[in-house]
Amino acid sequence: MLRMWRQRVTLTDLVIWGLGILILVGVVWGSIQTLRLGKYTLAIWYDLIITGLALGGVYALIALGYTLVYGILRMINFAHSEIFMSGAFTATFAADALYQAGWWNSYPVLSLLIVLLVAATVSATIAFSVERIAYRPLRYAPRLVPLITAIGTSFFLQYTFRGLYGSGQKGYPDMDIFQGAIVFGDVRILKTQLVAIVGAVIMMVILFSIVQYTKIGKAMRSVSEDKETAALMGIDVDRIISTTFLLGGISAGVAGILFLILFPVAHFFMGFVPGLKAFTSAVLGGIGNVPGAFLGGVLLGLLESVGPSLFLDGLGIPAPYQLKDAIAFTILVFILIFRPTGILGERMAQTKL
Amino acid sequence: MPILEVDNIHSYYGHIHALKGISISVKKGEIVTLIGANGAGKTTTLRTISGLMKPRHGHVRLEGEDLAPYKPHEIVYKGVAMVPEGRRIFTRLTVMENLEMGAYTRTSKPEIEQDLDRVFALFPRLKERRRQIAGTLSGGEQQMLAIGRALMARPRILLMDEPSMGLAPVLVEAIFDTIQQINKEGTTILLVEQNALMAFSIAHRGYVLQTGEIVLQDNAENLKKNPMVQKAYLGME
Ligand SMILES: Nc1ncnc2c1ncn2[C@@H]1O[C@H](COP(=O)(O)OP(=O)(O)O)[C@@H](O)[C@H]1O
Ligand SMILES: [Mg+2]
Repeated sequence: MLRMWRQRVTLTDLVIWGLGILILVGVVWGSIQTLRLGKYTLAIWYDLIITGLALGGVYALIALGYTLVYGILRMINFAHSEIFMSGAFTATFAADALYQAGWWNSYPVLSLLIVLLVAATVSATIAFSVERIAYRPLRYAPRLVPLITAIGTSFFLQYTFRGLYGSGQKGYPDMDIFQGAIVFGDVRILKTQLVAIVGAVIMMVILFSIVQYTKIGKAMRSVSEDKETAALMGIDVDRIISTTFLLGGISAGVAGILFLILFPVAHFFMGFVPGLKAFTSAVLGGIGNVPGAFLGGVLLGLLESVGPSLFLDGLGIPAPYQLKDAIAFTILVFILIFRPTGILGERMAQTKL
Repeated sequence: MPILEVDNIHSYYGHIHALKGISISVKKGEIVTLIGANGAGKTTTLRTISGLMKPRHGHVRLEGEDLAPYKPHEIVYKGVAMVPEGRRIFTRLTVMENLEMGAYTRTSKPEIEQDLDRVFALFPRLKERRRQIAGTLSGGEQQMLAIGRALMARPRILLMDEPSMGLAPVLVEAIFDTIQQINKEGTTILLVEQNALMAFSIAHRGYVLQTGEIVLQDNAENLKKNPMVQKAYLGME
């Protein structure tokens, strides 16, 4: 028994496990220290949690695109971060035009609908085209081939949009109706954060209902499980795959606007970090699983927001907020090592939509 | 004119010449069986008919129309449904959702309801379990679901690939009774089987397939009496 165990455990395993345990102890110890010293007031904790939820909602919506595509093609669409960027970046120009025209604050709801429509349309169009042009011809190629293509597509889109809109940063105008905060007792929530949370929840509910209850959603799940048999039901598999990319694109577009409401600056590289974090969220929740994307996004948003104050600060690490990205990517690495199926995921082969 | 006419088809897997000039015809109202040993090309024949594979030579015609230009899902709209080898139900969908996918090509709600009632009448077990995840059904129930799902397309011809595979003898009898009943209610059937005895007991005519070629064709009665068939497929000396 012991010998079998010894044979299976390599030095690398030990190092990784050791690191994992070290991090876990650090997190627990840091949290205890922070709470014991009472460095932060309750109001600050609430603030961090709400920031985390708003951010998490945006991650969740982007994560949905990774998860839907993975569910149907078993492929990581690394160009999805640029699908997010393309919609958001383009929408800043529409927002600017509306602002110049004086509509931005006199017709805020209409303006918001217009920028949402612009972002969703651009993102969905790019998503659809990427599948048609770059992925479909490689549908039956070895798995590594579309993966490399996706990375290439990602660069292609970044530099195309850099060429189109320039390499500078483009501001997204504030909207008067989103200024200020709402207070519930001890909890103070910025209106921008409230919009992000509510918007993300609405989109998630809509997408979940589509996948779960509509004919097209059921067809998506059938295609996800068995393309050939789906075709024998009369399902046009190519059309369902296109629809999946469209849905992922639409949610990335909406995520783009919510992101701009929280962080009002766009540029050609803006998709990279949120994209990678959304991918982390999808993996954390269980890639291929729609509720998993939501859970993963919210968890990651919370960890990233609360984590630096909770455990990094307690460990005496200077400037803990600089390390919030490190938290996300440490999680990604450890999830991939210890539980590649994520929280809600099943074995890879059985991943569900 | 036959409903289905398979005219001298040759199908390949890469360089493997799996079907070497197969011709089959099925007339309206018939049960025609295609029997043969493992690897003879039965599944390949059905895959070629349903468009999952395209023949390199020869034609598949449905009521005279060549199916060559159509994709598999379009052929379903033309009226060909299949109970695939190994059932291939959608294990993560519910029983009801599987049946709905079977009716994917249909548009008339009342007709779908009618067919659902008919499937539930044929397989009361499916009705009891309609909200259950299909992957949790037993093998026999999964086979019922695969058949029910194909019937939901209200096909002009139903292709069945070894519906008795892996089932207990009692269940095999039940499934064959049902196949016969489905046929009596008006569905034309092309039935692929390794269980030749059962197949001949319900089929009108049959073909014997050997390494990609038809070696015999006759009505079921005569095939049952054929010495070669008795020796090779019915286990008699
Ligand atoms: N996917 C495949 N790739 C290569 N050869 C195959 C494949 N499927 C079947 N074959 C070959 O084609 C022949 C016919 O197979 P099949 O139609 O499955 O036979 P059956 O259904 O009668 O058992 C066999 O020789 C088999 O080895
Ligand atoms: Mg077979």
